[in-house]
Amino acid sequence: MDFASVRNRLAGLEGKAYWRSLEELADSSEFNDYLHREFPVQASEFSDPAGRRTFLKLMGASLALAGVGACTRQPPQKLIPYIRQPEELIPGRPMFFATAMPMGGYAYPLLAENHMGRPTKLEGNPEHPASLGATDVFGQASILNLYDPDRSRTIIGRGEVKTWSGFMAALQAVMNTQRGIAGAGIRILTEPVSSPSLVEQMHQLLTDFPEARWHQWDPVFGTVQGGAPDFAPIYALKEAEVIVSLDADFLGSGAGQLRYSKDFASRRRIDTPKDEQNRLYVAEPVPTITGAKAEHRMAVQAHSIHAVAAAIASAVGVAGASAGSLPESVATFVKAAAADLAANRGKSVVIAGAHQPAAVHHLARAINDALGNTTKTVLYTTPVTASPADGATSITDLVTALDAGKVDLLLIVDTNPVFTAPANLKFAEALQKATTRIHLGLHHDDTAELCHWHVPAAHYLESWGDARAFDGTVSLIQPLIAPIYDGRTALEVIASMNGQLGRSTFELVKDFWTRAFEGSTTQKFSLKDAKGNAFATAEAFWRHALHDGFVASTSFHADGAVVPPAPAAVAATAPSSSASNGFEIVFRADPTILDGRFGNNGWMQELPKPLSKLTWDNVAYVGFATAEKLGVKNEDVIQITSEGRTIQMPVWVMPGTADNTIAVHFGYGQTKLGRVANGVGHNAYPLRSSSAPWFISGATVTKTGEKYILASTQTHFNMEGRHPVRVVTAEEYRHEPKESVEKLGPEVPSKDMSLYTPFEYNGNKWGMAIDLNACTGCGVCMVACVAENNIAVVGKEQIKKAREMHWIRVDTYFEGSPDAPNMYHQPVPCQQCENAPCEQVCPVGATVHSDEGLNDMVYNRCVGTRYCSNNCPYKVRRFNFLLYSDFNTEEIKAQRNPDVTIRSRGVMEKCTYCTQRISHARIDAKTQGRDIKDGDVVTACQQACPSDAIMFGNLNDPNSKVAKLKAQERNYGLLEDLNTHPRTTYLAVVKNTNPALDKA
Amino acid sequence: MSQIFPKSANSTARMSLAGVATLALFLGWVVFTLMRSSWATKQNEFVEQPIQFSHAHHVGGIGLDCRYCHTTVEKSSFAGIPPTKTCMNCHSQLWTNAKILEPVRASFRNDTPLNWTKVNDLPNYVYFNHSIHVKQGVGCATCHGPVDKMPLMYQAQSLLMEWCITCHRAPEKFIRPRSEVFNMAYVAPDNQEELGLKLKAEYKIADPKHMTSCSVCHR
Repeated sequence: MDFASVRNRLAGLEGKAYWRSLEELADSSEFNDYLHREFPVQASEFSDPAGRRTFLKLMGASLALAGVGACTRQPPQKLIPYIRQPEELIPGRPMFFATAMPMGGYAYPLLAENHMGRPTKLEGNPEHPASLGATDVFGQASILNLYDPDRSRTIIGRGEVKTWSGFMAALQAVMNTQRGIAGAGIRILTEPVSSPSLVEQMHQLLTDFPEARWHQWDPVFGTVQGGAPDFAPIYALKEAEVIVSLDADFLGSGAGQLRYSKDFASRRRIDTPKDEQNRLYVAEPVPTITGAKAEHRMAVQAHSIHAVAAAIASAVGVAGASAGSLPESVATFVKAAAADLAANRGKSVVIAGAHQPAAVHHLARAINDALGNTTKTVLYTTPVTASPADGATSITDLVTALDAGKVDLLLIVDTNPVFTAPANLKFAEALQKATTRIHLGLHHDDTAELCHWHVPAAHYLESWGDARAFDGTVSLIQPLIAPIYDGRTALEVIASMNGQLGRSTFELVKDFWTRAFEGSTTQKFSLKDAKGNAFATAEAFWRHALHDGFVASTSFHADGAVVPPAPAAVAATAPSSSASNGFEIVFRADPTILDGRFGNNGWMQELPKPLSKLTWDNVAYVGFATAEKLGVKNEDVIQITSEGRTIQMPVWVMPGTADNTIAVHFGYGQTKLGRVANGVGHNAYPLRSSSAPWFISGATVTKTGEKYILASTQTHFNMEGRHPVRVVTAEEYRHEPKESVEKLGPEVPSKDMSLYTPFEYNGNKWGMAIDLNACTGCGVCMVACVAENNIAVVGKEQIKKAREMHWIRVDTYFEGSPDAPNMYHQPVPCQQCENAPCEQVCPVGATVHSDEGLNDMVYNRCVGTRYCSNNCPYKVRRFNFLLYSDFNTEEIKAQRNPDVTIRSRGVMEKCTYCTQRISHARIDAKTQGRDIKDGDVVTACQQACPSDAIMFGNLNDPNSKVAKLKAQERNYGLLEDLNTHPRTTYLAVVKNTNPALDKA
Repeated sequence: MSQIFPKSANSTARMSLAGVATLALFLGWVVFTLMRSSWATKQNEFVEQPIQFSHAHHVGGIGLDCRYCHTTVEKSSFAGIPPTKTCMNCHSQLWTNAKILEPVRASFRNDTPLNWTKVNDLPNYVYFNHSIHVKQGVGCATCHGPVDKMPLMYQAQSLLMEWCITCHRAPEKFIRPRSEVFNMAYVAPDNQEELGLKLKAEYKIADPKHMTSCSVCHR
């Protein structure tokens, strides 16, 4: 790829050009060569150390013996019944329990599927306001963390295996000496906490030991550049016609993302061409999935967001705001956004990003107040997490105390500061000045290594607890399985410090809520059911709350939250951009492994990151112009220096990144977490400083001349410019609903143009519709599919050979110039063609048409010719080139879905619309003597989707939701011109662009 | 110099060509037959169990209903293996000192489960569901054989796919009224086909095209 050819090619194109990678756009000979090879370069070479001759010998022998191998009697299997069977349990049927995943202090509500005592799959809690049935990628993948074989298993005290009672004795001894000095030497470091029961215990501890201190640090959550504002916004995006995001990735990160995605998408899933949609403006330094959904996106350096906010504030008449000078393109953008906001008073909202300093949050609030949006589209409340000490400030205070030698006992709970703390604090050195150091965590990680004591923590699926969701709703956490490795909870440890030694977490949580019901806790709650009725007894309340998983009356909407007063003075004038010299580094948590806590999770390592589609690595993202300036291309290693600290990282040219901005994702480069995480990627934490945790100016960048191979799935399975995504403007769609979408694609042949007799579908006729206008490209469908269908992890080497196993992939298409592209997502599962090219070429009948229209995949028949995959125009079939499924690691076997076969080497596999779920629904309906109702079958991807972009159902039922979607004018099939009659179809993107800005 | 090969070598060569072909066919036939034989399918083989539990005694003799122990047969894919508690319902009163029942008492006493050996074991890629078969009028004995006459359990049918598909292609030949599903003494009437077709319509049993779709059993 070279920069000039990209620009030349773009200049020479007529109409809209869609591209997936810059290589494709450049149309270079290397790329064409890559495309036209049957297999990627490494794949067709025999790189096994065994050598070609040995290989042929072995193959010859195995061919001769292959038939004989089948001539074995199956070994006997055991049936192990219960001794006393639990009453509600029906073996063979899963049970579902409401629980919640705590992360960064917030609850992510879940419904956990449990097969005879082992949790296998997590879904969103459909009744909980923070989920409405959806999950994010972390919620889906956290089930694998439970079964992580590298979790720590024993208590370790000064290098030796110890017992819980031994640990308790040591802890009590320290506590006793602290009693005399009011706990002056006690420091507790946790992540942000919203759990009411833990907060109560902490308050008691801090009352009994008034000199003790509680610090909070999390590299992702609860840290705002320059100190956190003392209010927190909760948005009601359903009511918003115009949304302006100031570097806010509200669809892709944060505790409210599921609800926000639901609400946002509800205004995009239009039924008729006349339906009004919302309009999104995004100004951000690095492309996010929120930016990709924007009608108008402006790449702005992180420090300039403040100026954009000030300019908008000034334009909508916020008192005291004044716009500085902005580049012309930004000024036009601001003008249009401000005009749209002003025209939609009370129906618009400005969202400040979590990575922006408090001043931007204050400005956003001032704008919303001035527009009358506050209380309508946004509610300002006190923060959900307790004692919202700003994370960076808090950990800086801790390091000061450690350096001063004031810390006798440091308890670190569920966080890994040695790896994640801002580098300028030199946390590892300071840590070793504490007299007694205790670490409670899931892994024996970097922090555990430097602590005297390490106690294995219980995974949240093993523990009782509580936490509050983004809107304050109290959510209960109940265990799905007894602790596998005798893990302990933070609540248990803190309670033991409060003189409640020996009380189980269950007792502690239940006792807290019984007292809360009686009103004898410090925190007061109004505990009512969803209809507003009070409970008769504490037990009734407890059972109800456990069953539902949350207490509806505790949300800030219902509870009438105290609105903190608006900050008196708004820093309305943006600081002059003195920071323009050097590069600006933008820090972000990795979209899949976060701060590293999902590092040992193979699903997350292999999940392609949104937009770049990179797997198993982190990179430095630079914009097209910046890359040109630096003379770097993808995979070139650069050296980044900031504040005297240096790291090296490979480059990825990400179209749409602001100029002079380098975006790095932290979380990679671990060494002590486990077999999956160790040695993968590059550690970006050394660049991060406590004063500027999210962006910092003045960095220098040099090219090292080295190369680092990256595995991106972006160019795999290319569609070669056949207009897979179709985009129309709202204006066009309103005037010519059918034609505007149809003219974008090739001509579709008539249905009877086939040599094969068409199938008849008399019963159910399954089909799927994917609304590209709603899809945000978050990728949760992929993880949900992996979890549901026992899909194997293959590793970076195999991904490079295009051998990833995901049954559904999310393609990203860029359109327009690489400096300011439009971005679109397209999830592609098996299209279940009615004229399926795969079926006609299978020599052994391993893929056949079912009477309901599925392209059945019969693993036990497959002999691995791969003809089907070769003949599939959508490239959705996945072949087990090697033994990818892990048959050896005992720990993760318990996660597998018992309803889906685990595929072995040499077998083709693919999406079958979750045929196991169809079978369950069919059998349930038949045993109840009825037909399958619309909504009985929900595929895994559909269930997890936070924007309800995927709809599945019976096409023979004209009233089914999917049939109605397919009847819309913007419905089209992928590569329909091949006469495959795909059962999965797409609904075109309808862009509600602002005519004032619309250049097209 | 005399010829190396006598004239008869020609016919030997021809014979051996035919011989190799016959041998290959024969070996194929052996393997094929072996794989369909009861040696491979384990049909009619008694299976050693931790306790010599007699279905003949409990079902044939006492007349217990199948569902007394296999409680989930109508609700789940899995018919259910009774927990030790089910045994102890009676055996805490009856035969309390019988030596043969010591493993049961030990299981209850020590909280350790009994380890039964599976008799009817399908391959892992087959997803059989009891509840739907019971609901659609497939009698227990149709697949499991005369359980009331089995002192020790054995697999009564081959469990080969061709056996499954015989019924999936023509269920009318095998189904019985729902009321007779658990009846061990049920004998198919002479007008089975006629009755079967009637029941098939009544129970809305899908047509063979659906019932022989791969994804009905394989996932």
